[in-house]
Amino acid sequence: MSYNFKEWMNKPERLAPGHRMCAGCGGTIAVRNVLRALHEGDKAVIGNATGCLEVSTFMYPYTAWEDSYIHNAFENAGSTLSGVETAYRALKKKGKIDDTYKFITFGGDGGTYDIGLQSLSGAMERNHDMVYVCYDNGAYMNTGVQRSSATPMYADTTTTPVGKKSIGKLQNRKDLAEVIAAHDIPYVAQTTFVQNFKDLHVKAEKAIYTPGAAFLNIMSPCPTGWKYTPSDLLEYCKMAVETCYWPLFEVVEGKWILNYEPKKKLPVEEFLRGQGRFKHLFKPGNEHLIAEFQAEVDRRWEQLLYFCNR
Amino acid sequence: MGKKDRMSGNEAVANALRQINPDVMPAFPITPSTEIPQFMATFAANGLIDTEFIPVESEHSSMSASIGAEAAGARTVTATSSCGLAFMWEELFIAASNRLPLALTLVNRALSGPININCDHSDSMGARDAGWIQLYAETNQEAYDNMIMAYRIAEHKDVRLPIMICQDGFITSHAVMNIEVLEDDVVKKFVGEYTPDDYLLNKERPMAVGPYAVSGFYMEAKRQQAEALRNVKRVALEVAAEYEQISGRKYGLFEEYRMEDAEYAVVIIGSAAGTAKDAVDRLRDKGIKAGVIKIRFFRPFPAAEITAALKNVKAVAVMDRCEGFSDHGGPLGADTISAMYQANLNAYAVNYIYGLGGRDVKVESILEVFAALQEIVSTGKVGETYRYLGLRDRKDA
Repeated sequence: MSYNFKEWMNKPERLAPGHRMCAGCGGTIAVRNVLRALHEGDKAVIGNATGCLEVSTFMYPYTAWEDSYIHNAFENAGSTLSGVETAYRALKKKGKIDDTYKFITFGGDGGTYDIGLQSLSGAMERNHDMVYVCYDNGAYMNTGVQRSSATPMYADTTTTPVGKKSIGKLQNRKDLAEVIAAHDIPYVAQTTFVQNFKDLHVKAEKAIYTPGAAFLNIMSPCPTGWKYTPSDLLEYCKMAVETCYWPLFEVVEGKWILNYEPKKKLPVEEFLRGQGRFKHLFKPGNEHLIAEFQAEVDRRWEQLLYFCNR
Repeated sequence: MGKKDRMSGNEAVANALRQINPDVMPAFPITPSTEIPQFMATFAANGLIDTEFIPVESEHSSMSASIGAEAAGARTVTATSSCGLAFMWEELFIAASNRLPLALTLVNRALSGPININCDHSDSMGARDAGWIQLYAETNQEAYDNMIMAYRIAEHKDVRLPIMICQDGFITSHAVMNIEVLEDDVVKKFVGEYTPDDYLLNKERPMAVGPYAVSGFYMEAKRQQAEALRNVKRVALEVAAEYEQISGRKYGLFEEYRMEDAEYAVVIIGSAAGTAKDAVDRLRDKGIKAGVIKIRFFRPFPAAEITAALKNVKAVAVMDRCEGFSDHGGPLGADTISAMYQANLNAYAVNYIYGLGGRDVKVESILEVFAALQEIVSTGKVGETYRYLGLRDRKDA
């Protein structure tokens, strides 16, 4: 199907305006664009782990969700939606419902990489016909920017604060897309907001309409936690991809596919610069930290190329 | 009315579930409840039920998936014991506050540690304040009957709360007893179809479940839950009356055994009530006016009804198969004795902790309790109100 940006953007919103998410929040952009991939007439039940998205979109007695929606707790968006999807199959088998429903759940990186990993792993391994979307903003933003296993190395967070004897988070980020790909599910993809959302559109549609379990990892910048000017959001997404910090790839039925290779891989400073959480890396004397960050980006990029047979 | 059979408590509950044919069952194995999901998976594998079985990766996920399935509009059941229930703890509150009438068949087992697989009530008592209906069984027959009545109570429009159907680990779950099983079609007709007003898969009216609620709304939500739980007392008796019509077996909120003129009473939950009844029979043979109150519903707690049944007794021993760690007694003791105070009863009351981690309770143990009550009445001295029954002497330890 050819992609038309204008048509895509004019599709009816399934997350209504009026919610309380921040200006310049990547999370809502991820949600709205994933939901745009639902075909007209198809119904959906949306799941959601506890986090900014939940508390800002479903504050009693208001909801921003046009579709049926369930928030259960922080760590169980995977298993909760697996129950909903199973109920659908059970009721359909008994002839109690006849419509087509799709099942999509959203979690931040805290609810997905960390506290919800077991529940997610179970739901993926059982191959429920659902999509788990992680809007990865690289920290526990809802509780005030604490580190997660998705937080990049050296980031300044409130539980890895930069100080006289601290250079921020010491560990590399966990590669969750690879972890989920190891579950041998039909579809895994990593994306962010680039190419006028074409990459996200294609992947969301594939994820939703591939039978069985699918996982989308969407880098979704957070102005509060990353400390950048909200209007620069798309620039950070572009730099994340152009520096190969956040490569665009898919794993389809176990086959790794690289979706984009920059003509000229930019140095990682182009992504780090301007973000408050990495400000200390640019102080004189810390050049080696950027070099180490670059080495880690390079190592992962090489590994990805190897996975993709490049 | 039914047909005679011999079954373990787990088999009896599984057969009740086969007859109910719920839509979804997520479950995770844990001794001594494991057989129930095994039976259900086997029934499904052989085409005896339509139930979709979800072999989840933990009890936290079995309750999470149960919440999802029930909210979606499916009649849902899960099973667990002990640490499995403890692992669900957070989710128990969410199931109740979302007003989801799902069922959990609980086979009571001690909580770790030390790790122990035998019966006590520390698991369900730990969940007593979660907003669930809790009912307990003395026998395999009662476990079966309670399971069949469960959805009628939980799904009632004035209730809409989750229900925990409890039985004693190994003592009833694995011991085979004679029971009477109803015909499949009789059960099907009695339980009926699940037809919620609102559910996620209702195409006419999408629904959102699990909101964030600020202090302007939270307290009213809790009060509504409390009122729904209060309604259980009325609904449970209506359902029991209907059940008597098809089964010939009569159920109340609790059972009074030889209480009509009792001077000494034991208040107890679960299989040990049978032992207590034997003790009462022996005492009655000697002319001692002893009786038993066997709790069926612990949540809601039928405080006024229990104190009415206790109003003429001289001394009461409340039996807790659970240590409350209040340094004052157990949970059944706390609820019963505070209800007695509010009802202005003048009876002496003591609270015993017994049977922890499967410690045997014998007829002689209960006779010891009644002897203590007689001693209290004859001397007018209560002594320690927080007591242990069947504890080994330290020197033997």
